[in-house]
Amino acid sequence: MKELSINFLGYNFKNPIVMASGTFGFGREYGEFYELSKLGGICVKGLTAKPRLGNKPPRIAETPMGMLNSVGLQNPGVDAFITDELPFLREHDTVVIANISGNTVEEYVEMTEKLSDAGVDILEINVSCPNVKAGGMAFGTSTEGVTAVTEAVMKKATSPVMVKLSPNVTDIISIAKSAEASGADAISLINTLLGMRIDTTTRKPVLNNIVGGLSGPAVFPVAIRMVWQVATAVKIPVLGMGGIMTGNDAVEMMLAGASLVGVGTACFDDPYAPLRITKEIEEYMERNTINKISDLIGKVNTE
Amino acid sequence: MVYTTVAKISGLSGMSDPTKRKMLMPDVFLCEIVDKKTLADAVVSITVSCNELARQSSAGQFLHIKCGETRLLRRPISICSLQGGNIRFVFEVKGEGTRWLSEQEIGDELNILGPLGKGFNIPNGKIIVVGGGVGTPPMLLAAESANGKAKKTNRLAPGESRKNDVIAILGFRSADRIILTEEFIKICEKVIVTTDDGSAGIQGAVTKPLEELLKSGEYSAVMSCGQLLMQKAVADMCAKYNVQCQVSLEERMGCGIGACLVCACATVNNSGTTAQDSSGTVIENTEMSRVCIDGPVFNASNVIW
Ligand SMILES: Cc1cc2nc3c(=O)[nH]c(=O)nc-3n(C[C@H](O)[C@H](O)[C@H](O)COP(=O)(O)OP(=O)(O)OC[C@H]3O[C@@H](n4cnc5c(N)ncnc54)[C@H](O)[C@@H]3O)c2cc1C
Ligand SMILES: Cc1cc2nc3c(=O)[nH]c(=O)nc-3n(C[C@H](O)[C@H](O)[C@H](O)COP(=O)(O)O)c2cc1C
Ligand code: FES
Repeated sequence: MKELSINFLGYNFKNPIVMASGTFGFGREYGEFYELSKLGGICVKGLTAKPRLGNKPPRIAETPMGMLNSVGLQNPGVDAFITDELPFLREHDTVVIANISGNTVEEYVEMTEKLSDAGVDILEINVSCPNVKAGGMAFGTSTEGVTAVTEAVMKKATSPVMVKLSPNVTDIISIAKSAEASGADAISLINTLLGMRIDTTTRKPVLNNIVGGLSGPAVFPVAIRMVWQVATAVKIPVLGMGGIMTGNDAVEMMLAGASLVGVGTACFDDPYAPLRITKEIEEYMERNTINKISDLIGKVNTE
Repeated sequence: MVYTTVAKISGLSGMSDPTKRKMLMPDVFLCEIVDKKTLADAVVSITVSCNELARQSSAGQFLHIKCGETRLLRRPISICSLQGGNIRFVFEVKGEGTRWLSEQEIGDELNILGPLGKGFNIPNGKIIVVGGGVGTPPMLLAAESANGKAKKTNRLAPGESRKNDVIAILGFRSADRIILTEEFIKICEKVIVTTDDGSAGIQGAVTKPLEELLKSGEYSAVMSCGQLLMQKAVADMCAKYNVQCQVSLEERMGCGIGACLVCACATVNNSGTTAQDSSGTVIENTEMSRVCIDGPVFNASNVIW
């Protein structure tokens, strides 16, 4: 038997695969394809203090082995999540992570209190959404912004807190260090990379929002580099994501220093991606006679 | 590199307890192409064989088709007709994905996620189906289903064919773009063709003949698929004559199953709740529906055009 489980912030993840925020809704749709309890964890669609309609369509553009999205945090709001969606997720034996985005520090704090009270396992503080005008990425692109949000959230949170970082920065290490110094329990990265496409016939941007976030295999090497830089610089654990499509990609992410691996865009291609990737990780362990998956974390040999 | 799992083949098929899985559920299928035809310049008809997929499919639903290993996103294409275990779809070559699809041959296998979406709710009574350009194909199955329903309700004798319940209005750019009309003729009482340039049928928009028919007061419902502007005109015309109208909408898609929210379409929300738009303004009576699962077919009166 191969040991696939990971202990992360006191929770036992059955396997290192966590569904990335915004790509898996609140689990209901993919839950029709397979049992959600087969997943290590589920990070829900980004929540805001009030219900949001999101941006106008088109909200998606294809790119070479990737995609841009500009959903703009469409969600029913934190209160509706707690009453209508959380009970459903709780029926499944998997770790539930709530992803939150605020326009102001106060909104982050308000949501932290509500979700901690509701008993969400882990909070993921999204300071990196590229698709909303105020807040979101604005906080995540400066050490001051990350510090302000993280410190305020840590004062009220009773669930462990993970800060999700934006790759759209010049110095990811100093940002990660400021999250750690402000008391964050873990770091997750990368959110999407800001991008743009233009239709050459109409000369208009493909996305109604003009710009959007790049995800999928196209961002994978950037994600590996950033996870490696951050994991080497901080002591708190890291959830690594960005472009993971296969078990080999997941192993690579763990070697770079990730304790858990987020899977998002892969599901659009293959609804069964998380199960397939888990199986491929097991096959890798089999081939390389590795008994515990946790033995791989950060084991890249840079000598 | 082959990324996609075909659950049945890889042994990952969803539920360890099969009773937990709904009887009718979309899934990933590998389907062999059994027929391929060119209907007009750059318009291709492909028929694939897959019992399970065919059994679950209904009019107005679509297939999310993987178009080669180098393209990340699947392409949504409507179901045009069903026969036994065969499913046929008709598409126009627009960009890279549909080009790849048009290059596949009989005997090749396609990776299809489906059937997806909420299709037409086939009404009773006399019905008009409206199709514009490559919005025509799904209306063939809609017409067939409406006809089938009428047969059942009217208890026709086996073999007795009655086709006076469905009228089709099909609009195209020009005579050389006309597709599928012979097949509509087999099913419908009457097929009216319009072209933008008048090179065949009536010159002008589909709403011209539509208004004539609606005026008669004989028709109880309209079902339509085509470009947004055409559909809005059809919907407005139906509203004017107080006739129920269903429209099949298009939007760019990611997951295709309702999880990623990229395929948004504004619809009426009467629940009394409000939400903020992207600039923070509070908007009433509006929600963002998902074309892939709340649609692609919507009641026209619910769509905020
Ligand atoms: C529910 C539904 C049913 C459809 N049924 C049919 C059909 O029966 N026959 C047919 O010819 N076409 C149909 N379409 C349109 C078809 O999906 C697009 O023409 C096709 O996706 C274009 O892909 P491409 O790779 O050729 O173009 P590209 O421009 O290379 O595509 C780039 C990206 O944009 C998306 N995209 C581009 N145009 C459209 C569009 N109009 N609608 C949705 N996504 C688009 C593609 O899926 C892809 O993700 C349908 C669309 C929807 C939403
Ligand atoms: C359609 C879509 C919606 C997303 N929404 C959110 C969100 O609400 N909150 C968030 O923190 N990240 C969001 N993301 C980013 C993903 O969680 C993830 O960080 C990113 O897509 C990289 O992983 P991937 O390449 O495996 O998708 C979204 C990504 C996509 C594609
Ligand atoms: S395509 Fe993902 S929700 Fe419709």
